[in-house]
Amino acid sequence: MTEPIAPPPRKDPQKRTRTSLLPPVPRSRAALQMSAAAARGELSLQVCAVCGHLTYPPRDACLACLSASLHWQPVPEAGQILAETTVRTTTDAYFRERTPWRVGTVRLDAGPVLMAHLQGDVTAPARCRVRAMLDKSGNAVLIALPEEDTPNMADDPQFRELTATPKHRRVLITDGRTAVGQAVAQAISESGASTVFVGIATPWLPFDGQDRLNAIPNAEIVPLDVTDANSVRELAGEIGGKTDILINTADHVRPGGVLNRQGLATTRDEFEVNVFGLQRLAQHFGPGMVGRGADGIRAAVALVDILPVYALANWREFGAHSASAAARHSLLQCLRGEMRTGGVRVMSVFTGPVDDDWRQPLPPPKVAPEAIARALIQALENGTEETFVGDIAKDVATRWRDDPKVLERELQG
Amino acid sequence: MKRQSYQGVAVACPVSVPYTRYSIESAHWWIARALKDLCDRAGFHHHDLDGLSVSSFTLHPDTGVGLTQHLGLTPRWLDHIPMGGASGVVALRRAARAVQSGDAEIVACVAGDTNHVDSFRKLLGSFSRFAQDASYPYGFGGPNAAFALLTDHYMRTHGATRAQFGSLCVDQRTNALNYPHAIMKKPLTLDQYIDARAISDPLHLFDCVMPVAGAEAFLVTREDIARDLGLTFARPLATIERHNAFPDDPIQMRGGWAMDVDELWQMAGLTPEDMDVVETYDDYPVIVAMQMEDLGFCGKGDGANFLESHDTTVGGSFPHNTSGGQLSAGQAGAGGGYLGLVEALRQVTGQALGAQVPDAKRALVTGFGMINFDRGLCSGALVLEGA
Amino acid sequence: MSVLADLATQIATGAVRVVDLTHPLTPDFPVMILPPEFGQCQPFRMEEVSRYDARGPAWYWNNISMSEHAGTHFDAPAHWVSGRQLPNGTVDALPVESLVAPVVVLDFSTQSAADRDFLLTRADIETWEAAHGDIAPGQWVLFRTDWSNHVGTDVYLGMERDGAHSPGPEAEAIRFLVEERDIIGFGTETVGTDAGQGAHLSPPYPAHYILHGAGRYGLQCLANLDQLPPTGAILICPPLKIRDGSGSPLRVLALVPG
Repeated sequence: MTEPIAPPPRKDPQKRTRTSLLPPVPRSRAALQMSAAAARGELSLQVCAVCGHLTYPPRDACLACLSASLHWQPVPEAGQILAETTVRTTTDAYFRERTPWRVGTVRLDAGPVLMAHLQGDVTAPARCRVRAMLDKSGNAVLIALPEEDTPNMADDPQFRELTATPKHRRVLITDGRTAVGQAVAQAISESGASTVFVGIATPWLPFDGQDRLNAIPNAEIVPLDVTDANSVRELAGEIGGKTDILINTADHVRPGGVLNRQGLATTRDEFEVNVFGLQRLAQHFGPGMVGRGADGIRAAVALVDILPVYALANWREFGAHSASAAARHSLLQCLRGEMRTGGVRVMSVFTGPVDDDWRQPLPPPKVAPEAIARALIQALENGTEETFVGDIAKDVATRWRDDPKVLERELQG
Repeated sequence: MKRQSYQGVAVACPVSVPYTRYSIESAHWWIARALKDLCDRAGFHHHDLDGLSVSSFTLHPDTGVGLTQHLGLTPRWLDHIPMGGASGVVALRRAARAVQSGDAEIVACVAGDTNHVDSFRKLLGSFSRFAQDASYPYGFGGPNAAFALLTDHYMRTHGATRAQFGSLCVDQRTNALNYPHAIMKKPLTLDQYIDARAISDPLHLFDCVMPVAGAEAFLVTREDIARDLGLTFARPLATIERHNAFPDDPIQMRGGWAMDVDELWQMAGLTPEDMDVVETYDDYPVIVAMQMEDLGFCGKGDGANFLESHDTTVGGSFPHNTSGGQLSAGQAGAGGGYLGLVEALRQVTGQALGAQVPDAKRALVTGFGMINFDRGLCSGALVLEGA
Repeated sequence: MSVLADLATQIATGAVRVVDLTHPLTPDFPVMILPPEFGQCQPFRMEEVSRYDARGPAWYWNNISMSEHAGTHFDAPAHWVSGRQLPNGTVDALPVESLVAPVVVLDFSTQSAADRDFLLTRADIETWEAAHGDIAPGQWVLFRTDWSNHVGTDVYLGMERDGAHSPGPEAEAIRFLVEERDIIGFGTETVGTDAGQGAHLSPPYPAHYILHGAGRYGLQCLANLDQLPPTGAILICPPLKIRDGSGSPLRVLALVPG
């Protein structure tokens, strides 16, 4: 059984912070497709469209019939561990400082045999579950977990390399003025974070939920206005060195598109928060996080952005807001590559219309802030790069994957 | 259709360029030294070679083609065999056919690699697509981890013990002590073997080959030419080659030999018991155990037992890997795929550099190579008889 | 020209003091809060362009952006709907003589301290005049509440569920100053010329409505009014010359007899 991780001691000021190293990065294009599925938390393997043969490792033609029509398809995670080893010597710098490292040969019930990391509670021979998760390089890897969850399972060091779990970590939530920010702060606190910094802009303006924030035991209110470079810089100066997870809950939303808005003032406000705000946060907190990607138990591990799913395709009712979300999405893609160099994952939590004042006239379904918070915690615990919260976000994502151009027409009604 | 025999083919001039742990030289340099030695021994100028077969992992960005210009060769027959541990057997059987058919008369088969301080790491990183995608991201244990998994499964399935594998390693070390080029110069006891540090459980230090720089070579020609040149030679009686055998086995428990073993002995007209010397591919003990089974020396699952119950030293009941094998002589990259063949050639022609198996005439040589993902894909075997 | 030479001498010797009535422009200086469905007043923002670094090795400069009504700022008549049709109602067209003019300071800091929703009445002004003399035409009138001391605290805006809370003038008081005293403009230390609860007066935002409807100006977010005498000082308050601008941040100075 996995020993629970003890709260880490304070940092030894005389010790150099370890440089983040990455596990092997190169992958074939086919393997990247497995990474794309793992980014969403799916274990997907290739199946032949002609003969139905299920195959692994990723390849470019079916070994059973030589068809080139291989499609990625989610597969059941049940399998059997056939053999295991504990790697104690390796020429790879990343693994070298993490040995001993356990891996095993697993046969999926679905057929294919694969190599997988072994969570500490599984040993050969045994039944197991196989998950596809992203490692620090951002690529999919497989890990064998016990058939049933075990106590403190997530504290296993090999498993923890693949997650961004808040336990013992210090988390910054950038905007606590909104119901989403407050729900996230509460959930993060309950998930074992050691400190929850909650940013509040224009503190002289009262807001709903102030009492709720104040009641969170390990929450610490900090001044933060993402539209103000100074404010972001000052906060980063104060807590940038101990921000292990940054969760951007700031979102400026107003109804309207292009022609039904006069001028740019409102759109500019949206971009100031949604796009430039994210960029300011990333510029001031990112380098520090990238530098702390291997800083022990409390290594900086994730930058999370909560953004509307209309980042993928514009929704006319909130057309300008969608445009800012698209820009935000694009920045996140850029950041994903930039922060990966330090082993810090950039995670997108896409939501449908949030159940708040601005979406008040919209019919259900709408996403409750608590649902967003739950999904976000799950995303951190699974290390998934993309999460879609709520029926609408999932629906939009499905349609988008099916055909973005059709979705565009559907959303423009 | 019945396979043609290798009648009229001669294998001669066993060459081993002494290994070094690390080298600042290139693969070209090592291969050149082997070729020079080969030609000196054969008594001709290297311009006289009309065939060349090359195996090397570290020749990049060159191939055998680049090597011809680099070394001033003008062959009319050229082969480049990227099969690692199976290179020797495969090179020989291809060269033999070239010589038989008249496509070439004198073929130099050479394998060699350098070993820079970081070349093993670099080699692993770009070894194969499946390894890149599906095995190295898992601890980057390289072949150690791959064989550790096979060994773990073998031990689990057949009840094999570390001590059984240890007896093989200890015997090979004994052989190595008589082989001047072996990298390992100190005796090894079973206790030392058992107490060695773990590398990738259940593999420990003495289960793993040591990468070195080195080169090996031999000559394939017609018997009449060999006689004209006054060379001592051997005859290939039978060979087999197989790739990606038994793909449906969930984990490797047998090599391609098991598919072709009957044909090998039929073609040779001999049986396992007729062998005076056996040179197996031995990057890890488990694969030697599997070869004992797959090549007919014992039943399935009895390989480790077989090795333990035989004295496999030069003077023992089952002379095996008489130069110490890769486990004690070192693994010179693709040269590891030649080591056993070159040593067998010396043994059956009475030219042993170290201890000579008395009256050795017939040898079995095997090759095994390329852990593309979870298992070795290439296997080969050769029965060689001294002329 | 000896007047100006004298003035220069007196400034140089300290006989005439120059008082700065301006708050620094900072990103966190509060701006007027309107219901969120309306267009919003953008606070002051500054983005560094270079600071002796790779972006510009020998020079330091910033790009700044803000609303016309951010920080210590000037309201032109065109700012309000009541003044929309007046000629020369924008900052670029104002008669510059109005921007250098005598100023009187009505000190109601005690009353404001006692009641954050203090409303200045006509009677209050008449009481002040009884002590300091009638306000002559063509002057600026500044309403001292010492509210500038609250900058950086919740008290400054006094924002609550029912809106902001800060002192300001009643409609009658402004009407009196405009119609019977013919002032140039009216200035406050608070974020607007109107009281925090000015929306609930009649007309709503009376200072804005009446002042600008009559072509008069407003000054807001002033500081250091406690350094001015009730009468006898000169105010210097030229806004930026923004074409068709409704107002502008500015540096407000006063010349005060030593």
